[in-house]
Amino acid sequence: MKPLAAFAAAMVALAMTTPAAAQDFAVVHATLAIGDGSDPVQDANVIVQGGKVVAAGKDAAVPQGLPVIDATGKWVSPGLFAALTDLGIYDVDAVWQSNDTSAGEAPFSAALDVAPVVNPEAQNIKVSRAGAVTRASVVPRAGSSIFAGQGAVIDLGADPEPVVTRRAFQYVELGENGARLAGGSRMAAYVSLANALAEARDLAGRGRNDDVLLNRPDAAALIPVVTGEQALYVHVERAADIRSALALRQDFPKLDLVLVGASEGWMAAQDIAAAGVPVIAMALNDLPAGFEQLAASQSNVGRMVDAGVKVAIGRFGDMNQPRYAPQQAGNLVALNRIPGAAGLSWGEAFAAISSIPAEISGLEGQAGVLKPGAAGDVVIWDGDPLELSSAPLRVFIDGVEQPLDSHQTRLKERYRTPEEGELPKAYEW
Amino acid sequence: MQPFRTALLAAGALALSACGSAAGVKSASGSAAPGDAQAPYPSTYTPYPGMPTALTGATVYDGKGGAIEGGTVLFAGGELVAVGGPDLAIPEGFTRIDAAGKFVTPGIIDIHSHLGDYPSPAVDAHMDGNEMTDPITPQVWAEHSVWPQDPGFSRAMANGGVTSLQILPGSANLMGGRTVTLKNVPSRTVQGMKFPGAPYGFKMACGENPKRVYGEQGRMPMTRMGNFALNRKTWIEAREYADGDREERDLAMETLAGVLDGEILVHNHCYRADEMAFVLDMAEEAGYRVSAFHHAVESYKIADMLREAGACSAVWADWYGFKMEANDAIPENAALIHNAGACVVIHSDDENGIQRLNQEAAKAQADGLRMGIEIADAEVIRWLTLNPAKAMGIDVMTGSLESGKMADIVLWNGDPLSVYSRPEKVWVDGALLYDALDPQRRPVSDFELGQPGAGDVK
Repeated sequence: MKPLAAFAAAMVALAMTTPAAAQDFAVVHATLAIGDGSDPVQDANVIVQGGKVVAAGKDAAVPQGLPVIDATGKWVSPGLFAALTDLGIYDVDAVWQSNDTSAGEAPFSAALDVAPVVNPEAQNIKVSRAGAVTRASVVPRAGSSIFAGQGAVIDLGADPEPVVTRRAFQYVELGENGARLAGGSRMAAYVSLANALAEARDLAGRGRNDDVLLNRPDAAALIPVVTGEQALYVHVERAADIRSALALRQDFPKLDLVLVGASEGWMAAQDIAAAGVPVIAMALNDLPAGFEQLAASQSNVGRMVDAGVKVAIGRFGDMNQPRYAPQQAGNLVALNRIPGAAGLSWGEAFAAISSIPAEISGLEGQAGVLKPGAAGDVVIWDGDPLELSSAPLRVFIDGVEQPLDSHQTRLKERYRTPEEGELPKAYEW
Repeated sequence: MQPFRTALLAAGALALSACGSAAGVKSASGSAAPGDAQAPYPSTYTPYPGMPTALTGATVYDGKGGAIEGGTVLFAGGELVAVGGPDLAIPEGFTRIDAAGKFVTPGIIDIHSHLGDYPSPAVDAHMDGNEMTDPITPQVWAEHSVWPQDPGFSRAMANGGVTSLQILPGSANLMGGRTVTLKNVPSRTVQGMKFPGAPYGFKMACGENPKRVYGEQGRMPMTRMGNFALNRKTWIEAREYADGDREERDLAMETLAGVLDGEILVHNHCYRADEMAFVLDMAEEAGYRVSAFHHAVESYKIADMLREAGACSAVWADWYGFKMEANDAIPENAALIHNAGACVVIHSDDENGIQRLNQEAAKAQADGLRMGIEIADAEVIRWLTLNPAKAMGIDVMTGSLESGKMADIVLWNGDPLSVYSRPEKVWVDGALLYDALDPQRRPVSDFELGQPGAGDVK
């Protein structure tokens, strides 16, 4: 066994017994991406102790005796935060037995909670971890109601406890998909939402009356939404739908809104900015895939950012893998060279896949950024993280070095040459 | 497609869209007589006017594996005139474009697209890619489903540099019908896009999709063995027809006879290695050749067999895990196929992926390098140009930068294998049809005209 593979195997074995201890270390002489929107810094250091970032920058001093990783010619960055994923909730998407993403035949909707479902051994977690994704939000897909249920924030560490924040947010569909789920029209979606929130308010206040549509668990699950203790993620694409979603706060002033999708967000960017509502958008949507996104453009994110909106790149599901986040961010940097397009600076683009989704997900200053006190989620890359040819060399989560192997890496080694040898391929492992 | 929408369709239309067989028949007639003149629905495309142009100082990837630093590319009258180094003489009357620091490649070719037959917007009224009424439909032609106003065509050009593409029926059926190869030129009609002289393709599909679609209806095929039984039965009938006098018009048999004559090229959606091996035997039994396996995520397991069979593998860089037969997909697939000496084509099967085939190829190249397989940049470009052209039977006309070929050319504002580069100009048959620096050279479909965002950079 090669040393690297042996190391990875040892890490797996270790993870199966007890969680590995955080390592104290320094990464030195690296090109540093802090993740806060600033430009990369040459020849900088990152110090991690006790599972946390202690210092990062050109002048970060390396304490005496700390193990040092020389990253000359390499890059170091925070681990990526993938917003709105299906990580850990299926093995094979189209194999229903393995798929927990939605529960369309269940009597519950808003009460659904993805946290106990997340499987840290799922291959999509391992593959994403090898792609520098260290934390993510996981979201159910709406089944039979406009409410998809409650999402969770996870880390992708090779340990038995993936969930960082349980019931981190509620997710609701209010665009074309919401109209379909509500009975055929956006009108019904808005009535459904308003009624559900009112029933939750009643349940929390003067008590539940007999004339209700929601069952008790669903109504109870929406109480923290009405009170603003739990964020409400609203999926809308069309500019008009965005404005209607923002107006929900006229009736329910405490709603902690996050817009999801917002393909036409650039047309309502001033309104979104004025409302102070953050957005999780897909970076490269540029087709009128439906009538609700006729004005989709790759400049959407850049224009919203220019208007002062906090925008994360996200919505990673099935074919749109979390490990594509750097490629998508890089594409937005490339837009800067196209007249009339609005791109992002390198620092802005990297923040859109690290600190900003972490902030929107409730981990401001704690993840997606290499600042003192943040989690020791550190990735050492063989080159510019946004470039297609680059890949992570080493990944740390909470200061613990992670295995980067998976079903895929093992298949790759087995079939390095396709011909069978003295024994069938089944004996090569 | 949005990820969540894709998820809804994972067991349906989208998953079905993965597969294709293109038949390269020059004739649509029962006798498969070559020549567009005799074929129905002939191409009416003629190149748009262009200026004699000289691109100078660029890094030129010629599409057949060669690279020229400080290269010069000359084209006029819709054709490539010459490709050479800095010393290549530029004839009088050629407009010079200084391409120093930029890159030139042949027009990008997507061997697997559903633009037009699953267009945007993806509404029910537009679901024209799968004739899901019978598992054997060689009689249908993808071109009759293509909506030329699909805005996806313009995105493929502006963001992906795509100048030619093959549109296939979906993969619900074992035999899905004829494909059509198009020039990526906006047109009022499909005939105005049809690639003159391109052979037809024939789409076939292995595995999960046909057996699921028809098995759920309680019909054959319900199993993979049913898939093969029905295919073999059909090929026996086709052989009888082909060996007969072919007098009686039979649209299905005419297509199959064209395949057996070698004039229609087979494009077979097939994920798993073991199924591809069976298809190769079936092709031998029936007397045809597989031009390319599409979505061949397990080609790396049998790359030696595919090399011997001369079949290309049309693949994504790193899609995996969305269905059972994609469970063993690995990002090193393309590099391992290439390393074994077999033919690699990077394909999209996706209206977004087609905008970034260059980036997918770059990722596949990098994944190979990390396992010690070094593949030169110019060779990687071949995966998007000459290799698909060969598998589609249009390599005599396009796919590489060689004198006399169609002037299908992309000028990139940087290395096309970098995430930071975009197409700056795209020529089809020497006509400038996209220019990132000129908003007037940005096509806007009828559908988008007068709608929010029309004419935006996209």
